Amino acid sequence: MSEFTYQGEAGRQRPDPASTDRAAWDAYVYDRLNPAGEHNELWQHSGGCRAHLVVTRNTLTHVISSVAFAREAGRAHSAGRRGKGARS
Amino acid sequence: MSPRRTADSGRIDRSRQIRFSFDGANYSGHPGDTLASALLASGVSLFGRSFKYHRPRGVMTAGIDEPNALVTVLKGDGREPNIPATMLEIYDGLTVVSQNRYPSLAFDVGAVNGLAGKLFSAGFYYKTFMGPVFGPLKGTRFWMFCEWFIRRAAGLGRAGYAADTARYERVNAFCDVLVVGAGPAGLMAARAAAEQGRRVILADLDTRLGGSANWSDETIDGMAATDWVASAIADLSGRDNVRLLPRTTVWGYYDNNTLAALERVTDHKAKPETGEPRHRSWTIRAGSVVLATGALERPLVFPGNDRPGVMLAAAAERYAVEFGVLAGERAVLFTNNDRAYRSAAALARAGARIATIVDVRDTVSAAARRLASECGAELLAGRAVVATDGRRQLSGIAVRAFDARSGTVSGDARNLAADCLLVSGGWSPALHLASQAGARPRWDSGLQAFLPPEPTQNWIAAGAVAGAYSTAEVLRQGLETGRMAAGSADEDDGGLPLAADDELDPNPAPVFEIRADGKAFVDHQHDVTADDVRLAYREGFVSVEHLKRYTTLGMATDQGKTSNVPGMAIMAAAVGKPIEEVGTTRFRPPFAPVSLGSLAAERHGHLKPERLTPMHDWHVANGATMFTAGLWFRPQIYGLPGETIEQAYVREAKAVRDGVGIVDVSTLGKIAVQGPDAAEFLDRVYTNMFSTLAVGKARYGLMLREDGFAYDDGTTWRLGETEFLMTTTTVNAGKVMQNLEYCLDVVWPDLKVHLTSVTDEWAGAALSGPKARQVLEACVTGTAVDDATLPFMGIVRGEIDGVPVTICRLSFSGELAYEVYCGAGHGTHVWETLMEAGELFGIVAYGLEALGTLRIEKGHVTGAEIDGRTTARDLHLDWMLSKKKPFIGSAMMDRDGMTGPGRLELVGVVSLDGRPLNGGAHIVESSNPAAPRDSIGHVTSVCYSPALRKYISLALVEDGKARLGTRAFVSDPVRKRFGPVELVSHHFFDPEGKRLHG
Amino acid sequence: MRKAMAEYSPWWPGAPYRLAHRMKRNVPMAEYSALSLLRNALGGNRDWAPAWRKPEPKPTYDVIIVGGGGHGLATAYYLAKEHGITNVAVVEKGYLGSGNVGRNTTIVRSNYLLPDSIRFYEHSLKLWENLSHDLNYNVMFSQRGMLNLAHTPGQADDFIRRGNAMRHEGVDAEWLTPAEIGRMVPGLAIGGSARFPVVGGLMQPRGGTARHDAVAWGYARGADRRGVDIIENCEVTGFLRDGDRITGVMTTRGEIRAGKVGIAVAGSTGHVMKMAGVERLPIESHVLQAFVSESLKPFIHTVVTFGAGHLYISQSDKGGLVFGGDIDGYNTYAQRGNLPVVEEVMSEMVALFPGLARVRLLRSWGGIMDMSMDGSPIITRGPLPGMYLNCGWCYGGFKATPASGWSFAWTIAKDEPHRINAPYTLDRFHRGAVIDEKGQGATPRLH
Repeated sequence: MSEFTYQGEAGRQRPDPASTDRAAWDAYVYDRLNPAGEHNELWQHSGGCRAHLVVTRNTLTHVISSVAFAREAGRAHSAGRRGKGARS
Repeated sequence: MSPRRTADSGRIDRSRQIRFSFDGANYSGHPGDTLASALLASGVSLFGRSFKYHRPRGVMTAGIDEPNALVTVLKGDGREPNIPATMLEIYDGLTVVSQNRYPSLAFDVGAVNGLAGKLFSAGFYYKTFMGPVFGPLKGTRFWMFCEWFIRRAAGLGRAGYAADTARYERVNAFCDVLVVGAGPAGLMAARAAAEQGRRVILADLDTRLGGSANWSDETIDGMAATDWVASAIADLSGRDNVRLLPRTTVWGYYDNNTLAALERVTDHKAKPETGEPRHRSWTIRAGSVVLATGALERPLVFPGNDRPGVMLAAAAERYAVEFGVLAGERAVLFTNNDRAYRSAAALARAGARIATIVDVRDTVSAAARRLASECGAELLAGRAVVATDGRRQLSGIAVRAFDARSGTVSGDARNLAADCLLVSGGWSPALHLASQAGARPRWDSGLQAFLPPEPTQNWIAAGAVAGAYSTAEVLRQGLETGRMAAGSADEDDGGLPLAADDELDPNPAPVFEIRADGKAFVDHQHDVTADDVRLAYREGFVSVEHLKRYTTLGMATDQGKTSNVPGMAIMAAAVGKPIEEVGTTRFRPPFAPVSLGSLAAERHGHLKPERLTPMHDWHVANGATMFTAGLWFRPQIYGLPGETIEQAYVREAKAVRDGVGIVDVSTLGKIAVQGPDAAEFLDRVYTNMFSTLAVGKARYGLMLREDGFAYDDGTTWRLGETEFLMTTTTVNAGKVMQNLEYCLDVVWPDLKVHLTSVTDEWAGAALSGPKARQVLEACVTGTAVDDATLPFMGIVRGEIDGVPVTICRLSFSGELAYEVYCGAGHGTHVWETLMEAGELFGIVAYGLEALGTLRIEKGHVTGAEIDGRTTARDLHLDWMLSKKKPFIGSAMMDRDGMTGPGRLELVGVVSLDGRPLNGGAHIVESSNPAAPRDSIGHVTSVCYSPALRKYISLALVEDGKARLGTRAFVSDPVRKRFGPVELVSHHFFDPEGKRLHG
Repeated sequence: MRKAMAEYSPWWPGAPYRLAHRMKRNVPMAEYSALSLLRNALGGNRDWAPAWRKPEPKPTYDVIIVGGGGHGLATAYYLAKEHGITNVAVVEKGYLGSGNVGRNTTIVRSNYLLPDSIRFYEHSLKLWENLSHDLNYNVMFSQRGMLNLAHTPGQADDFIRRGNAMRHEGVDAEWLTPAEIGRMVPGLAIGGSARFPVVGGLMQPRGGTARHDAVAWGYARGADRRGVDIIENCEVTGFLRDGDRITGVMTTRGEIRAGKVGIAVAGSTGHVMKMAGVERLPIESHVLQAFVSESLKPFIHTVVTFGAGHLYISQSDKGGLVFGGDIDGYNTYAQRGNLPVVEEVMSEMVALFPGLARVRLLRSWGGIMDMSMDGSPIITRGPLPGMYLNCGWCYGGFKATPASGWSFAWTIAKDEPHRINAPYTLDRFHRGAVIDEKGQGATPRLH
C-alpha cells in the first residue's frame, strides 16, 4: 500500500462557483496539461497526516524538485489575491 | 569419498554428511555444498532438459546465471519449480526432481523435437498453425487444437496447487550506504563507509560473503584471499553501524534510491526455527548505493556447446576451489582470453588433468603461456572447438584452425578426448541494477563488454561491474567508492590492502561465435541458436528488442545473463555494424526471480484487514449469517433453523413493520465536521442547504461530483453551531472523506473547517418500527424521547444504562425510527440493553437483507442506483437541488447528455408472474428469450415485499418516468429468467410517509 | 466484408489460388504456411525475406499515421485493405511495436457493460477471430475464455447485469457457479476459508489471449504487403501547418507531407499533441506495470480476474503466468513503475492462488497508458483540420487494436465516424455524454 495518494494536477482553476462559463468548467473538470517533464501535482499523505502536498515532479525521471503544503500554498495565494489557486 | 571430490580443497565441511534425493535416487554431500556441487561430486552430469528441443543439459555455471540445471524442490505439499541447482544449498532430507522431461530425465520423448529443429526455427509458429478458413476448424479452432500440445510441451517446472503454508516477512530499512555485492570491492566499500560512521547495509546473494575471493586462490594483504575475507567480515560484524545480509539478492532499483531485496532466510534448512519466515522482503531506502555486483563470465557459441560437461571456466574453477569438486577428469579449456588460463591452473592445482588449452587467438601472452605450462597442458593457439561428442555426457571435441580476424575455420579437424570442456568468452559486468537506475550502458571495445551507464539515481559502481580487472584495482575502487558514498573526501591510501597485480591481458579477443555445422546455442535455456539470430536478421527483426521478442533470446529464467551479449554480437556481425550500434536491451526488475510469496509478505493469507463492528461477536453468537461489504463484515440475516434466506428476511422485515427491529449501522461512514465555516462548507458540498439547519436537527443530504453526477448521500446532524456529524454510505466512506479533505486543502483553503473520521469511534444501532419509541422509553434516561422532545429529524443526548448516547430520529425503513450512537467500546452493551428493553415489544435483530427490503419498499436509493452514472434527476432527487446557492456539480449537472431523452431513470418494478426478480436482470419491452435484444434498462435491487406481498424491485429504465404503469418484461438470459412485470412508482409503500410519525 | 478465399492461406499445402492471388497483387513476400515453413526448413531457412521493408520516407503521402504501435499499424492496414488507400506512411519514433502493443497482458474480450462499449469491442472480437487468416500471420488468438470472479452477492448482480447487457447485444456470456469454477480453475481459493470467497463468475467463452508482438508484426507485414511505408526510428518533432490545417509532420528523418495526419500514439498523446499546439486534453499519462512469472507447465487454462481487488491473470503458451493489476496512479511518461503496486499485485495473486507463493516473478515492465476522463477512448476527426486523433485507451487498448484501426481508418478515409466509433468523440465530455464503464467520473486513476 502506498503512504501517499495521487490527487492529480495542481493549480487547476476552479471557476467562480456561480460561473456559467461552460468552457471554463469543462477545462477545470476534464482537461489536463499532462506534460512530459516538470509537473505540479497534488499528493495526499493518506497514510499519515492526511494533508495534501503540492509536489513538482518530473514525469520523465520521477525526480521531485519541490514540495509544499497545499493548504498553506493556497492560502498564501488567496492572501496575495493573485488568484492562482494552489499553484506555486 | 566420491571420485570427483578433490583431495582437500574447498570450503565445505567434510566431517559431516548431508543426505538428499534427486529424482528419487539418494545422494550425499557436505555442509557448504550446493545441489550442483554435490551432484557433480557424485558424478551426475545430466541435470535437465532444454525448453524447446528437450536436449540433455548439464550444469554450466556455479551461480545465479545458470540456464540449464533447473530443478523443482518438493517441501511438504509444496512445489517450488525452476530453482537453479547452483543456488540451492543442500540440507538433510532435501527432495528435488528434474523437470521438463517425460517419462524420465535420461529418456525424454520430447527430444524428438530436436529432429525437426530447422522447422522449429525462430518465429516458426507465426507462420503456421493458422488452420483452414472454413469448416469445423475455421477461425481460431485449429490454432487452439495445436496450442493444447504446444502448451504441454512448453513450460519448465510444474507449480503446485496446494496452498503454501510458509510465512513471509517484510522489512523496511534505511541506511546511508547500501553496498550490493560482498566480493572484494563490496567488502572494501562497506568497510570504508562504515569507518566514516555511516549506517551501512551490505547484501550479497551468496551464502558465503567474499565473492570471487572465495575461489580465486589469490593473496590479499599478505594472506590467503579467504582469510582476508574472514577478517574483513569479522571487522564489519563487529560494528554496530553495519548490517550484513548474506543470501540476499538485491533485485530492484526503484525511485528515490529505494531498492528491493529478497533474503532467503530458511530455504537452506530442513525446518525453520520458530518464528523464522521462509523469505524476507527488504525495502531499503539508501542515501547512496555502491554497486559491487561483479561480472558474469559468458560462454562461446559453437556447435554442440550445450552438451553436459561443457562448463564456464570460472564455474569449474569455483567448483574446484570453493566446493572441492572437479567438473571432470580430463578437461580441455576453450577460450578467447587470458583470464581463463587462471581457471585452468586452479583446476590443475586441485588435481584435474588439463589436457589441452584451445585458444582462438594466434598469439597468447607470455603470462598466459606460463599458466598453460604450469598446468602441463598442450596449448593450441589459433584454433577453435567446432564440435562436441557424447550423448548425455561429453566424451570428446573436435578442433580446427581458426582465424580470429575473419571468424573462419579451416583445415582438418583434430579430435580430442575430454569429459569436461571449460569455456570462456570473456566477462559481462552485472550491470542490471545500474541499468534499472541509469541511462544506456556503454560498450567498451577493449573489454568487449557493456559497462555501467550514467546514473540517474545516487549510485557508484565498483569492481568488476565497473570494468576493473585485477584484484588490486578492484580493492582500490572499493575503497574509493565506499568513501565517496559516505561523503568523505579522504584520499589517503592507508586502508588499501595489497594484492598482486597479474600480467594477464584483460581484453578478450572479439570472438563470440565459431561458425561451423551444427546447432550452436546462444540462449541455452530457450534453445535459441546462432542460426535463429541470423534468421531474425534476415526477416528484419534487427533491433535488439525485436531480436529478443522474435527469438525469445534472453527471456528465460536466467534472463539472458550468459546469452545477451553473444546474441547481440552475432546480430551485429549479421548486420555488419559494431555492437554498440545494435544497442543493448534495458534491464528491468527483478535481477533474479523473486518468490511471489515474499512480495505478498505478511499479506500472504491475509490480503486485506477485516473490519468488524463493535457488535460483531453478538451477531455471530446470535445466529447471524455474515457477509462482506467492502472490508466490513455485516449480518445478512439472523436465520432460524430451517429458514431460507428469503423466509428469514421477510420475517425480520415484517417484524419491523409490525413491531420493532434493530439493525447494526456502525459501518456507516461518520465524519466530524467542525469549525466556524462548517455550515458554509456543507452548503458547498451538499446539493441542499445546511446552514439553515437548526442545532439539534438532522437533514438528509445529497452530494454530486464536480461533473454533476450523483455521488453519495446520507444524513448530517447539527450538534452545535459550528459542529456537524456527517454520515456517508458504508462503501463510499473513505472516498467521501478524501474528497472533502481535498476540497478544504486545495479548493477552499480559506475555509476554517476541521474534518475527523469518527467511523470507528461510534457504534450505531437503528431502531425501527411502530414500537421503537416504547423501547427507547424503556431504557433511555436523562432525556425524554416523546414527539415534542424528539421530533422527526431531531437529536437528543441521554444515557442507556449509564452509557452516554446520542439519538437521532430518522428513518431509512419508512417507520418511526431512531439511530442510537454510543462510544464504540459500549456498543455491545447498549445493543444488549436495547434488546432487553425491546423484548417486551417483540424486538428482532435484522440484517442487511431486511434493511434492503424495507428501503426498497420505500424507494430509497443506495449504491446500486447511485452507480456513478446516474444524476439526481434520474433518481427523483431533483427536489434536493438547491436553487439558492451553487454547490459542487451545480454548474455541470444540466448538460445535454445528462438531461436529454434516453436517460435511465429510477422506477419500481412488480413481478407479475409471482416469481422472484433478480438484481442484474434487464428490462425489455418485448421478451425474446431465444435472442434477447433491445434492453431498456436493468433491475438494481430486489426483494420479496412482505408489505405488498409481491416480488418487487427498483430498476433503472430508459425514460422510466414516462413508462410508469406500463407492462414490460424482465430479461435475464444469463440466469434464464424471463417474465412479465409492471413498471410503477418507486414509492411502493406508504408514499405519503405517514408511518414515519408513528 | 469481402472474403475472397484467396485472401487466406490454408494451413495445408497446395492451395492454387494463393499463387494466383500473389501474382495479381504483385505481393513480393512469401505467404506463410506449413508448406512454406517446410520448404524453407529444407533450405536451411536462408530464403525468408524481411517481414516488412525498411523504406526511406517519401516527401508526400496521402495519409501519415503517427505511431507504429498496434493501433497505428492496424489503421494503415485497414486504410489499404478496406479503403484502397495505400499511399500511407506509418512513422514510429523507436522500433515498431515498442509501446503498449508489446507491453500488455494480451487479453482479448468484449465483456463490457455499456452498449456503446459492447458494440465496439465485439466488432473488435469478431475481427480477432479471423485475424490470423486475414493477416496470414498467426497472432495465436486463443479463445480460452475470460472469467471474472465475483465475491459478494452484490458484485455477482453487477457482473450478471453486464453479462445480460452483453447477451442483449448478441455477445456470449455465461454465469458459472463456484463448483464449476473450481473444476475449471484448479488452485483457486474459492471456499469459506478464503478472505473473499468466490460466489460465482461471469464467463465470456470467446474471450482469451493473443501473442501481442505478433499483432504488431502481422499488421506491419500486412500493411507493408499492400504498399504502406513503415518508417521506424523516425520521431515526429513538430507539425507542418497551413494556417490551422495540419499538412504534415517534421521528423528526425525530414519533413513529410500528407493530406491527412492520424495520431495514434497512446501514452505519448499529450506530448505529441502539444507539438500541434493542443495544450490540454482529457487525458493523463500513467504507468501500468505488467508481470510474468517463470515458465511453468500448464497451470491455468483461462483468463481469470479477481473481483475483490484488481488482478488479471493468464498463462502464455510458453508457460509464464502473465498478470497485472492497477496502474501506479500518477502522471508519468517513464516506462517504469514502483514497489507498492508490485506488492499489491503479488498479494492479490497469492490470495487468489495460495499455491503460487512459491512461484517466482521473472520480469516486470511498464507501459504508458493514455488514461481518459471516463475510461473510454477517443477516435475522431480533429481537433485540428487535417488531423485525426485516436487515444484514451486507458489500459484496454490491446483488445481494441483491430476495431480501433478499422474504425480509425474508416474515419480518416470517409471523414466521418463509423457507427461503432461515433460515440467516441472528444466533445462528449462537454456534452456530458460520457461513456463511464466504472462510474468513477473524471478521475483517471480510478478507471
